[in-house]
Amino acid sequence: MQYPQLSLLLEAGGILACNRHLTASHRVPAVANYFLTGEIMQKEKTHATAIELKGITKTFGSVVANNQIDLSVRKGEILALLGENGSGKTTLMNMLSGIYRPDSGSVLLNGEAVTINSPEDAIEFGIGMIHQHFKLVDVLSATDNIMLGVKGGSRWLKKTRSDKIQEISRHFGLDISPEKKIYQMSVGEKQTVEILKVMYRNANILILDEPTAVLTPQETKKLFDILRRMKAEGCAIIIITHKLNEVMEISDRVTILRKGESIATVETAETNAHELTELMVGRPVELSIDRPENGFEETLLEVHHLTVANEEGFEAIQDIKFELKRGEILGVAGIAGSGQKELCEAMAGLLPVSKGAILYNKENIIGKSPEEIIKMGISMSFIPEDRLGMGLAASMGMVDNMMLKTYKKNKGPFVSRKEARELSKRLIKQLGIVTPGVDTPVRRLSGGNVQKVLLGREIESNPNVLITAYAVRGLDINSSYTIYDSLNEQKQKGVGILFIGEDLDVMLELCDRIMVLCHGKVTGIVEAKTSTKEEIGLLMTGGSGKEGSADA
Amino acid sequence: MIINFLFAAIKAGTPLLFGTTGEIMTQKTGNLNLGVEGMMFMGAFVGFFTGYKTGSITLALLAAFAVGVFAALIYAFLTVSLRANQNVTGLTLTIFGTGFAQFFGERMIAAAPDKSPKLPAELVAALSEKAIPLLGDIPYIGKLLFSHNIIVYLGVCIAFICGIYINRTKAGLNMRAVGENPAAADAAGINVTAVKYIHILAGGGICGIGGAYLSLINGGGVWNNSCVNGQGWIAVALVIFASWSPVKAILGSLIFGAFSVLQFYVPKDIIELPNAFYIALPFLITIIVLVFTSMKKSKEGAQPAGCGINYFREDR
Ligand SMILES: Nc1ncnc2c1ncn2[C@@H]1O[C@H](COP(=O)(O)OP(=O)(O)OP(=O)(O)O)[C@@H](O)[C@H]1O
Ligand SMILES: [Mg+2]
Repeated sequence: MQYPQLSLLLEAGGILACNRHLTASHRVPAVANYFLTGEIMQKEKTHATAIELKGITKTFGSVVANNQIDLSVRKGEILALLGENGSGKTTLMNMLSGIYRPDSGSVLLNGEAVTINSPEDAIEFGIGMIHQHFKLVDVLSATDNIMLGVKGGSRWLKKTRSDKIQEISRHFGLDISPEKKIYQMSVGEKQTVEILKVMYRNANILILDEPTAVLTPQETKKLFDILRRMKAEGCAIIIITHKLNEVMEISDRVTILRKGESIATVETAETNAHELTELMVGRPVELSIDRPENGFEETLLEVHHLTVANEEGFEAIQDIKFELKRGEILGVAGIAGSGQKELCEAMAGLLPVSKGAILYNKENIIGKSPEEIIKMGISMSFIPEDRLGMGLAASMGMVDNMMLKTYKKNKGPFVSRKEARELSKRLIKQLGIVTPGVDTPVRRLSGGNVQKVLLGREIESNPNVLITAYAVRGLDINSSYTIYDSLNEQKQKGVGILFIGEDLDVMLELCDRIMVLCHGKVTGIVEAKTSTKEEIGLLMTGGSGKEGSADA
Repeated sequence: MIINFLFAAIKAGTPLLFGTTGEIMTQKTGNLNLGVEGMMFMGAFVGFFTGYKTGSITLALLAAFAVGVFAALIYAFLTVSLRANQNVTGLTLTIFGTGFAQFFGERMIAAAPDKSPKLPAELVAALSEKAIPLLGDIPYIGKLLFSHNIIVYLGVCIAFICGIYINRTKAGLNMRAVGENPAAADAAGINVTAVKYIHILAGGGICGIGGAYLSLINGGGVWNNSCVNGQGWIAVALVIFASWSPVKAILGSLIFGAFSVLQFYVPKDIIELPNAFYIALPFLITIIVLVFTSMKKSKEGAQPAGCGINYFREDR
């Protein structure tokens, strides 16, 4: 086994220095203990509580984000934290990592009360957090980001410094290029860097805030393998996710938050997805997706031989062909990066098209400006992987963000806020957006609620064609189903919907037909009613069994 | 002739080099300080006054550095601790610094024996251009590179040291991280406030020395109430030209120094241009440079992403 060697190496490197402020019994991280004293220690460790929160309250102005929350996690345990969007999960975890300070309540680390005043303190206590929105410096390399702020060692940056990083990566089966800059990385790679960052600091309490929201199923599987491994080594892990199947798969216990209060903690083995949803929402909910039939027949949109090169000049979409009918939801499935983004951008007029035609009511829209395309009734909402950024002005309130899309309809030089204000209020009700008011800057909202604002605006702009990509990324389960319902509502009005998604189970229930992309080509268009996950999975990897097995 | 021209360009470019290096240090840590002009003015007066009273070059430069640090401290306190708007604070500092130097400059003139404060002779001698033994004897190169006043060498040294500091040390890495993404740096356990203060103050001090250069060297030993005269603004623009690298700033300030002395080296009988044109030239070039540099899109060698935005941990 490799690990004792590693911990020695780490110790030699002096990076255990972060534990110097703890009493002697805590100085050796749990992971190292395991190998020093073997099974007995391991048993003891798994029962000891690593960290406990008691009566934590946190308010932002009039918003009570956390109200008297209790929570505890043991060594060698994975605790899932579950709750609707805006229920206070991120806020609570930010208090553990030193970003926020609680108004009241106490934190016990290994049974002793501690105060975490800054991220620096949190790191010294062995707490590492992977944030919902990554905290990485774009223009720096992976190594620089990992080493950032690490105390001790030479004052100079050295060329050979990535040895330890490589060692840790090998141990956990991670794969990174140490000198690659963050801005050149995919989200999966960025997350790997974040993971290495906390491991390099020898964290033995690990917090992950929606780590899987932007990962492909393969990447998620890999992440879970790592988490299980860390758990076996005695780490305490808290994971936030909205995907109930993941909760069931990875966690030992689940703590549920609702409107800023801790409602219950249950053993994962003794519960099920249905019960968890009810606890989360606070009332019985029916989770089912309709696929209403309608009589629309005419073709709305035809795409012929479309070829699109992305910003790097690489042909991300190659010669694809499909059509979209009125009152139809056409799903687009595919491994992340198979050309979904470029397809959206080309249809919205944001990316130049190299070849082919997009006919909308028999009129070619290629070469038209994004504004003209919006005027024709084609609306796009793309939830980007970083989930902020695209389409919303973060420091403006909901009303102003609604107006960004509608102000052009106004005649004369002045804008009218009345309509936008009403629309905002309607969306808050319809989608259950948690916000103090329609004028609160949207960046203050929780991750999921920001997204509801964007999505709501696009759906409400009364388009004829609606393109949505990753609509429910980061949304809680109840909100996801609300979104599916409003998509169906639009569909019944005769809107043609292009639904770019990740969750095949959902797509099979919601969509009428599913188009599968692989490396920028269409490998098949199937009827959702009669197709299976396996069939689509095969098409996603190119349709040939060989490639499929290579990917698995 | 050409050697003389380049020599004069180096001489004229040095105050810009100080201003630019100081502002690079400030911007790299995520703060845009438009008060360079003001800090240089304060450095100019305090440097001159100290030299005038003590005759010591070391004390003059130290005093100029100290007043630059003091001015930057006001700026840092307002923007980092109180989170005031960086642009407004910087502009205010420029107005304040200019007024400060001219007010006390006027008093100094009034108090001087013949209404014209002159530096003591021993200080003028210490500030004069001297060839370095041996190196200064090399033909052409010796005159061009090794026969300057001592502050020129100080400026080049500071620029190189800052360049190495930013790119090769851990403290420099921390500073870059704070400038690019303070939230990320904070989460990594870096004390964002401390890092910002240290580098804003250091930057201010360096600008202060640049100001002292203008009053001690360029003024020919006599105080002049408008000795800085827009050089601080050119330094701010030069930061962009140098793409936030102190070492590139050496080249940039040389080029701008060359433009500002061009009028004395263009043969009048061949090309006849009005004086006003030459005075406007550096500013004109600044505008052109800004247009061109703003067209390039690379992520590296660009303004630090967090520049101009105040950081507050609990906000998001
Ligand atoms: N810095 C802040 N300033 C103002 N309000 C905030 C701040 N941080 C959080 N809030 C508010 O606190 C509440 C809880 O937000 P939090 O981000 O913790 O939710 P969450 O459970 O993580 O939701 P999601 O699943 O959408 O990420 C929200 O109403 C949010 O608007
Ligand atoms: Mg959250």
